[in-house]
Amino acid sequence: MIANPFEYSTPATLAEALGLIADGAKPLSGGMSLIPMMKLRLASPEHLVDIARLPELNYIREENGELHIGAAVTHYDVESAPLLCGKCPLLAETAGHIGDIQVRNRGTLGGSVAHADPAADYPAALQALEAKIVLRSAAGERVVTAAEFFIDTFTTALEPGEIVTEVVVPVEPGLTGTSYQKCLQPASGFAIVGVAARVRRDGANFGAVQVGITGLTGTSYRATAVEQALVGKPATDETIRAAAAHAADGVEANSDLHASADYRTSLAVSYTTRALHSALSRSA
Amino acid sequence: MSTTFAPSTTKLEKLVGKRLRRREDPRLITGTATYVEDVKLPDMHHAVIVRSPHGAADIRSIDISKAKALPGVVAVFTGADIVGVGTVPCGASLPGLRRPDHHILAQDRVYLVGHPVAVVVATDRYIAADGADLVEVEYDIKQAVTDPEKALAPGAPAVHSQWPDNVAFTFHQNGGDIDAAFAEAEVVVKQRITSQRLVPNAMETRGVVADWKTNDRSLTLYTSTQIPHLARTLLAGMLGIEENRFRLIAPEVGGGFGSKLNVYSEEALTAWVSMKIGKPVKWIESRRENFMVTIHGRGHVDYFEIAAKRDGTILGLKLKLIQDLGAFHQLLTPVIPTLSVLMMPGLYNFRNIQAEVVGTFTNCVPTDAYRGAGRPEATHGIERMVDILAAELGMDPAEIRFKNFVRPDQFPFPTATGLNYDSGDYANTFQKALDTIDYHGLRKQQAEARAAGRLMGIGISTYGEICAMGPSVATPAGGWESATVKFEPSGKVTVLTGTSPHGQGQETSFAQLTADELGVPIDDIVVLHGDTSIVQYGIGTFGSRNTAVGGAALFYALQEIKEKLKKFGAAMLKAEEVELGDGVCLNPKTGESVTVQEIAGAAYRGVVIPPGMDPGMVVTKFWEPANFTYPFGAHIIVSEVDAETGDIEIKRYVAVDDIGNQLNPLLVDGQLHGGAAQGLGQALWEQGVYDDNGQLVTGEFMDYTMPRARMMPWIESSHTCTPSPVNPLGAKGVGEAGTIGSTPAMVNSVVDALSPLGVRHIDMPLTPEKIWKLTNGRNA
Amino acid sequence: MNRTINLSVNGKRHTHQVEPRLLLIHYLREVVGLTGTHMGCETSLCGACTVEVNGKAVKSCTMFAVQADGADVVTVEGLAGPDGKLHPVQEAFWNEHALQCGFCTPGMIMVSKQILERNPDPTDREIREGLDGNLCRCTGYQHIVNAVRTAAKAGV
Repeated sequence: MIANPFEYSTPATLAEALGLIADGAKPLSGGMSLIPMMKLRLASPEHLVDIARLPELNYIREENGELHIGAAVTHYDVESAPLLCGKCPLLAETAGHIGDIQVRNRGTLGGSVAHADPAADYPAALQALEAKIVLRSAAGERVVTAAEFFIDTFTTALEPGEIVTEVVVPVEPGLTGTSYQKCLQPASGFAIVGVAARVRRDGANFGAVQVGITGLTGTSYRATAVEQALVGKPATDETIRAAAAHAADGVEANSDLHASADYRTSLAVSYTTRALHSALSRSA
Repeated sequence: MSTTFAPSTTKLEKLVGKRLRRREDPRLITGTATYVEDVKLPDMHHAVIVRSPHGAADIRSIDISKAKALPGVVAVFTGADIVGVGTVPCGASLPGLRRPDHHILAQDRVYLVGHPVAVVVATDRYIAADGADLVEVEYDIKQAVTDPEKALAPGAPAVHSQWPDNVAFTFHQNGGDIDAAFAEAEVVVKQRITSQRLVPNAMETRGVVADWKTNDRSLTLYTSTQIPHLARTLLAGMLGIEENRFRLIAPEVGGGFGSKLNVYSEEALTAWVSMKIGKPVKWIESRRENFMVTIHGRGHVDYFEIAAKRDGTILGLKLKLIQDLGAFHQLLTPVIPTLSVLMMPGLYNFRNIQAEVVGTFTNCVPTDAYRGAGRPEATHGIERMVDILAAELGMDPAEIRFKNFVRPDQFPFPTATGLNYDSGDYANTFQKALDTIDYHGLRKQQAEARAAGRLMGIGISTYGEICAMGPSVATPAGGWESATVKFEPSGKVTVLTGTSPHGQGQETSFAQLTADELGVPIDDIVVLHGDTSIVQYGIGTFGSRNTAVGGAALFYALQEIKEKLKKFGAAMLKAEEVELGDGVCLNPKTGESVTVQEIAGAAYRGVVIPPGMDPGMVVTKFWEPANFTYPFGAHIIVSEVDAETGDIEIKRYVAVDDIGNQLNPLLVDGQLHGGAAQGLGQALWEQGVYDDNGQLVTGEFMDYTMPRARMMPWIESSHTCTPSPVNPLGAKGVGEAGTIGSTPAMVNSVVDALSPLGVRHIDMPLTPEKIWKLTNGRNA
Repeated sequence: MNRTINLSVNGKRHTHQVEPRLLLIHYLREVVGLTGTHMGCETSLCGACTVEVNGKAVKSCTMFAVQADGADVVTVEGLAGPDGKLHPVQEAFWNEHALQCGFCTPGMIMVSKQILERNPDPTDREIREGLDGNLCRCTGYQHIVNAVRTAAKAGV
């Protein structure tokens, strides 16, 4: 279980890194997904560019009502940073569900997002948060939404030469309740289904609601049918159950050893129900 | 010389039965222990094995030229090179057993994914891995068969072409009068019960370092094994070298659970490569290889029929057992299902059985001994059948067990399968478990839960097992064990045990026993094991034999050395009669005494040699047990099922085990907890799943669900004690108890939870999806 | 092409030329000669290889040595004091019989230390979740949970 040989660079600046990536090098961040694949020789990049230590990718800051998180910020820092715990608890909570302590210490937000594993946790939250993903290449920068970014299994809006440099999430309004609920694949710890919910109340009714789902199909998605079934309706268990039934509308569910498509679909409904209940209870 | 020796030791606290922390641990918690992978020898080379990616294929060609050309690669060998090396041994002696030739490198065909095809040897492990990637093998892929029932069906692909029916052996055992029992029966219940393949997954994979010294014609082999002496004998035979020029060392061994109770291709291959290149060679198994080619456990399809009277009295049991053997026989592969047959009556007082075992070849890795080895399968079978029978009769599962237990006045109890249970009081132990968990209160709670629409289950297993393997008549290579006790001239004591502990803690428990018997401080005692050049021949560690057989051998060695100490002490004190106790030999008439340390020193210096005695103070004892021992116990699990998701929550786990006397209860607890984790692993999570092409779908930790801390319940463990009369320690053995007791308790609990839905049986593992299908009416 | 790395392991500086593909665990075991850290799997799922890099517990089988250039690395061998006094977590593992074969133990001890550094008084549930990245096949985890709880009481 030994990787093929490769060249390794540690550029001092992002510009330098992007130059190497433009020439075909592959970015290495925490390596939690890439290194195991390299050890199994399922991936054999010839040149790795270590971007994990670039100061330009290591920050969490608040600007104009938004939280900007550098791509090389680790899951542990997302999980524990006071700024995120206070102002975007959904993302912090979701980070805490990833892997285990050691993986969270090493794995990065940008690396996970760029890898786009269909069973990764972040995408559910990023969909619900209507996050923006900042992409950079030697040629320049562009910003896409999470919904635009996640295209399919291990497939994203990243063009050759481009990397994820930042994730932007909103400062959560104080009255919003959020929750991430996950059904673990018991062996790997990945999500069989993960559901992120954001709920605002409008009196006794549901106000704005966002629901993001991961694990069910090839990529994460916004469960808009669920959201539409909630908005303006009484904030009750009955409403939630009726709405959650739409969690998998129009979605072709994955099937594997750990969960058939039917079972996964059923879990998506159950975990959507749980996430909505939990988020509602946390809303004011 | 008439010196009065003053005792130099104060009276020591008795240590047997104390929860002493382990003497093994300082090296293990500081990272200074030496496992095989830690062995580093000068000019050591590294081997990586090229393995078949196919379940069944003919090898058309192997091109090693590119691999050989890689700088750093010193040799590449294939099946054509291993002329004269023996095949992998099997110790089974079943009549009519078909034995495929199990070469250490594939000849012209591969029989399973992972089958070794070539070995690449390099100066560096990274280069060896690169070289292995450059070996080009062309295969002609054949149809594989991986399901034992499909393998037995007419027209199935033949695993070995000379035996198109894929039957390796059939084995029949009958006891009593099964036809009369079924004729008398008022109720007969049948059930197909599977016991899925499990991957032992010792945390340390296998590994070998071989060091052949050409000029000495001597081999030193470090290997992660449970059976150093047997492995040496068998590997010497394969390699054609003399046993007395072959030192085998089992250094620190990182878990075995039966998977290292074996002799493997790679052990012989690494040694052979070292002999061939004249350099030390290391081979370390990767985890993927460990999944692929280290033995698996279980692999049963069982058809049970139980006959009973309406009052719940069990009359007889029939079993047809289809054993998935895999493609070859490893050391004990065909023996394991016969242990299931021996154990099939469980703790119950019926005398009529009929068993048929069909050993079946498949294109999978061989099954063999994995924690419990045949007994968990049997216990799961009988404990499920008793519950199914109780459900059929509308009886409480506790009541039906009490009705059928062997009674205390029946011991020694001859079973229908030819065993002789040593001692026990099954009802007492079971009652203790029921009282501990408040069984009647729980049934009330369950009724309330059901009324509220919740799925709560109470699962019982009252298990027995066969331990202390075992009398030599029943153990292929001998079932005795050995011990040496020697005083060093300084008065320090060295114990050499023929067992090969690898986590069980005998460096501590045997020192406790020795300290008590000899009256020497425990810090003066060292227990050694696992090195064939240091330790007298021994059988090894498996089947809960360390304490109950190896400890008994030690006990007798201690008695003999005490006699010698007394004789020398008497000579030194010039006394007719002396008393030995608390480390002191006393002349009761004069009050004069000498310490055992002083006696030992004198015995080496030859100061006084009593007539008929030899100098020195060393005793070696080989001890043959007259019987197995039969621990038993009762495990009860309370669970609740989430109907919406199929999730199972374990609410309580109570275990009452009777393992006879205990040398160190702290170690006993550890064995029980670990055993229970493996048993719950089978019940709930673990499964070795092959696809039709022979690929192990659950071939790494990403897909094979190992029990993790978050998944395990708190185990409330307590004991009863009926000492075994088989050995002088009264010990029965605890290595497998947790594994055997837990599995049926868990399954019975979930089946009980789902019984309002008409569920009578669920095959393991009880994955949430299986449960969800039942709770949502989606199951056929 | 080999690269020069310069790092501290258990407080001692090391400078070596290494292949970029050399895993940190192999660097520690075979280059530095500290074999207490074990390789139990290759997929980052067993935790036997856990070491501390810049104060964070990581799996050294899923990290290249070059990624640790400039870092402070602590392995199980570096926990006891210079006088041989055991770390409270080591002491607790010993007292509670939290190990049998010992193979997973260095990783278990390293992650337990991190659990307690971040949460000095964890509940049993928090301990079990903290151990999620580490497999033990011997103990059933019960004594490990006891050990972490005991170490917490002793104060880490």
